[in-house]
Amino acid sequence: MSADEVTPSGSAVPLLRLRGVRKAFGANVVLDDVDVDVADHRVVVLIGSSGSGKSTLLRCVNLLEMVDDGVIELGGRDITDPRVDANAVRAQIGMVFQSFNLFPHMRVLDNVTLAPRLVHGVPRAQAQERAMEMLERVGLAEKARAFPDELSGGQQQRVAIARALAGGPRLMLLDEVTSALDPELVGEVLDLLGELKNDGLTMVVATHEMAFARNVADEVCFLHDGRVHERGTPEQVLRSPHRRRTQEFLRRITEAGRL
Amino acid sequence: MTAWTPSAQQRDRLAFRQRRALRSGAVAAASTVAVTAAAVLALTSSPGWPRVRRSFFDLDVARESLPAVAQGLWLNVRVMAGCAALILILALALAVARTLRGPVFFPLRAFATGYVDVFRGMPLILVLLLVGFGLPGLRLQGIPASAVLLGGLALVLTYSAYVAEVFRAGIESVHPSQIAAARSLGLTRSQAMRTVVLPQAVRRVVPPLLNDLVALQKDSGLISILGAIDAVRAAQIETSQYANFTPYVVAGVLFVLLTIPLTRVTDALSRRSGWVGSQSGLAGGAL
Repeated sequence: MSADEVTPSGSAVPLLRLRGVRKAFGANVVLDDVDVDVADHRVVVLIGSSGSGKSTLLRCVNLLEMVDDGVIELGGRDITDPRVDANAVRAQIGMVFQSFNLFPHMRVLDNVTLAPRLVHGVPRAQAQERAMEMLERVGLAEKARAFPDELSGGQQQRVAIARALAGGPRLMLLDEVTSALDPELVGEVLDLLGELKNDGLTMVVATHEMAFARNVADEVCFLHDGRVHERGTPEQVLRSPHRRRTQEFLRRITEAGRL
Repeated sequence: MTAWTPSAQQRDRLAFRQRRALRSGAVAAASTVAVTAAAVLALTSSPGWPRVRRSFFDLDVARESLPAVAQGLWLNVRVMAGCAALILILALALAVARTLRGPVFFPLRAFATGYVDVFRGMPLILVLLLVGFGLPGLRLQGIPASAVLLGGLALVLTYSAYVAEVFRAGIESVHPSQIAAARSLGLTRSQAMRTVVLPQAVRRVVPPLLNDLVALQKDSGLISILGAIDAVRAAQIETSQYANFTPYVVAGVLFVLLTIPLTRVTDALSRRSGWVGSQSGLAGGAL
């Protein structure tokens, strides 16, 4: 996986580092003094109820939202600095959305080659070759000529993952990528994410899938009211949480049959 | 797969639907005939009908005036085609200008907004008169004296304002998540606009756009007030020559015939796969 090559070698600096990040929409404080570290090849899973700030955190890292305070560093470089070229930062980060957000007027192959061609300046033939590799990787090479609305939800999400991977990102952000899927389609996407972790990809994943968190996460962060309320290994946070809020959240999830 | 023969119940349902369809068809046919007959009767039994028929529906005059009116219509077609191309380009530029952000683009944004406000509010006939008689009055070098060009310019000015608003509605109808997805891949704002937003926006507004093009086709007849000999003007000339209004009816029929194919083309276009807004792909082939 190309993630190995672009990693700053031997540095103790985590690939992604959030310090004191704050974000409010009007009077609604969504992120409040959030610290998160994500080392290379690690998977950090964000859990917490809707509105706890998971999505906003991911959108801030991808500079789709501007932080109100605090610092976000990617590879030791402050990306919240307004002098930083946001497009260049985003080009190094892959993002996958809850609602897939494939481009409906483009065939699958064109969805995947768009960013390599426009952003990374890869010639068309080469971009297509690489896109086919990515589609192969997600098991959808035979759908390259299809339009997104000809695919199932799970297939669309796998294309979205291929699209995010095509730029060779250092970091992947996944925002509740299985929440819009029918239950029987969730597995194919989560399996793929597990494989990507084994390939050494660095990921920050917001999810409600506790089984996935337990199996794949290196660290689990429980967000509550815009703060990291509890963090640790999946074993610690999911099996023996210290804080009452975490316990309550996990109990509700268990009752909903998701654990 | 097992061979399927419809059950008695299903056969009964099919038979019932068939009977009902036949009955509905018969009712529709009968009522159409009745209403049409009543309308024709009301028209032809009116006291002035014999005179109206002579002065508006004279077949000999129609035959005599057709070549001149058709030739005039050819001018309408050319004006319409030329103007439509310019209008689409100018309107798209105006619509995109209104979406630009940042203080640098304020003048552009303000110009586009002001332009739309002015030309959407001003009656077309006033624009025609002002452009048609005002511009040449300036006696500037390079200003054309041709009624067709000046009339075309007035049409472009007015219609661009309308069509720009149609494009803008299309741009705004593309969900923000599409832009977020494009930006998350590292595309710049203008790249996202060009490759993701505009293609979807344009496809969505094709039906209202077509509506404006049909209106343009009709309004191209207004250049006759500047003296261009289009279908309307030709009909007017023929009318005075024969002292008979039939040429106007001829021109009207020709205009209608001209717009019908335009509609059918768009209908066919929007059924294609990958066409955003229609249920394309899966359903597209079956419909």
